[in-house]
Amino acid sequence: MKRIRVNEDVCIGCRLCEISCVVEHSLSRDILKAFKSESPPSLSRISVRQAKDGFLPVRCLHCPEPACVDACLTGALSRDPSSGLVLYDATRCVGCWTCVIACPFGAITPDAARQSIAKCDMCPDLDVPACVAGCSNRALTLEEAAVEAAILESVER
Amino acid sequence: MGRQVSTRYLLIGNSAGAIAAAEAIRELDTAGPITIISDERHPAYSRPLISDYLAGHRSIKQTFLGGPGFYSKNGIETVLGTKATRLDIEGRAVELDDGTALRWEKLLLATGGSPIRPDVAGISRSGVFTFTTLDDAVALRREIDAASRVVVIGGGLIGVSVSQALVSIGAKVIIVELMDRILSAALDSQASAMVEARLREAGVKVITGRSVEQIIGARENGRRAAGVVLDDGREIACQAVVSAVGVSPRTDLVSGTAIKTRRGIVVDSHMMTSCPDVYACGDVAEVYDFARGETRPNPIWPNAVMGGRIAGHNMARAPGLPARAYEGSTNLNAFNYFGMAIVSAGIVEPPKNGGYRVLRSQTSGGRYRRVVLKDGRVVGAIFAGDIQSAGVVYGLMRAAIDTHRFEKALAAEDFSFASLPPHARQRLLDRAGIEEDGRNAGR
Repeated sequence: MKRIRVNEDVCIGCRLCEISCVVEHSLSRDILKAFKSESPPSLSRISVRQAKDGFLPVRCLHCPEPACVDACLTGALSRDPSSGLVLYDATRCVGCWTCVIACPFGAITPDAARQSIAKCDMCPDLDVPACVAGCSNRALTLEEAAVEAAILESVER
Repeated sequence: MGRQVSTRYLLIGNSAGAIAAAEAIRELDTAGPITIISDERHPAYSRPLISDYLAGHRSIKQTFLGGPGFYSKNGIETVLGTKATRLDIEGRAVELDDGTALRWEKLLLATGGSPIRPDVAGISRSGVFTFTTLDDAVALRREIDAASRVVVIGGGLIGVSVSQALVSIGAKVIIVELMDRILSAALDSQASAMVEARLREAGVKVITGRSVEQIIGARENGRRAAGVVLDDGREIACQAVVSAVGVSPRTDLVSGTAIKTRRGIVVDSHMMTSCPDVYACGDVAEVYDFARGETRPNPIWPNAVMGGRIAGHNMARAPGLPARAYEGSTNLNAFNYFGMAIVSAGIVEPPKNGGYRVLRSQTSGGRYRRVVLKDGRVVGAIFAGDIQSAGVVYGLMRAAIDTHRFEKALAAEDFSFASLPPHARQRLLDRAGIEEDGRNAGR
């Protein structure tokens, strides 16, 4: 499965990943329209946060045992075993935000305007997710992750 | 003598716990017969969504879980609209109210909770409703319109949810709450006041510190509820009453059996009851509360799903496969009341002199934050307004991570996962099954 990796050591907090994410998830996919005219605006699925001595881009890690899926009241969140991705179906979401408090990484953004949430979908229409493509100093990279081993380990705990 | 039927896995109940258990069973046993029985006639639905249905935001079908064909796809037999009336542990059978005797090899009790009936004169009048099932919501929606005045007894989770739905269809709502504030089990006085202010803005009348003493009938038709009398003598006219004073574990089926109960059905960490091959989960079961360090019923959806998954795995596992254990839970609430986000978990109003410490932020612009600590560990939290990183605090709480060295960060405005020191981050990553993230990744 594909995973977005972060190298915090080279993140400079420029937030270009956030901008790329907003544009990719906007209606127009046009940077000016996305930021200046679309209403409600699309929200970034990645959020650059201040760490003690640097920055960490916080985003959905597509957990093997996702707490958000357990918490989801409506079946809007699910884990696709073949891709390893935690998928979100906005048509089933009611914006109760139980997933927001269930996520131990704070990676789910409540979207009050749409009564829904915003979370990383790994940009299904792109070969490389927009945030990775938009990160000029390679703090974000796309890698293969050995996900199956992690699942097996987590069965007994 | 009625019909006799047998199954391998019998699940009593058809909500979060039973559905999660059925899915977990199917991961290990693709062929063993599963039977779900429930006295509710609907396929599994999202119980919290009944307020969305009442508000007119969703159809009945849009509350259903699992999608069309869920039961047939998973090879699950359903017996809906039928009540289990007697449980025979020794004989491994249940009797149903249609006379059928159903034999099982493994049993899951996921019977949920039933509304507590307050001791109020006139409570059995017509026009008095409860609000825990989809049929309750259907009945309310049939009776209530924009011209209705409704008294809601109880300002807890159910009372506030039903009020929000009733207001959005135009009804006038009066909440009568016995305690000095609404949502007292989930929120501290400050957050509770924020919700109350929002309810009042939406036109809900909130009366606290009062109880309903009597539900009175109409002059022309005395059987039907037409008003309530409060304990201070005040009379409030209304067309309907919703009784929402709480829910208690639905243990009637196991009373008189060998299955041990306290406040709910007692289970071990494998979700097994005191009787072998009999499991319980969800609102009916007593589970370990990691914030309080004791077992108690924890009637919330995610707890039912997690417990159901553990129960299902352990019911279906082959002897060689390790059992799964439930790590515990605590109360967890997410509110989106009229667009205001508030989440809370664990102990939010700790007793004085119990060794608790409370960190709190200033309230500004609808934002408020409170973190309750004991011995350096988070045992409770409230986030209002900006809730994005509330889950990180809840994660620290679940993992019992010592926060001594970074506790100041917890209530800070810019708190996030990035604020945590490396060891705390790694603990949360490990628990989610993720090897590494951040510092050394990508090198």
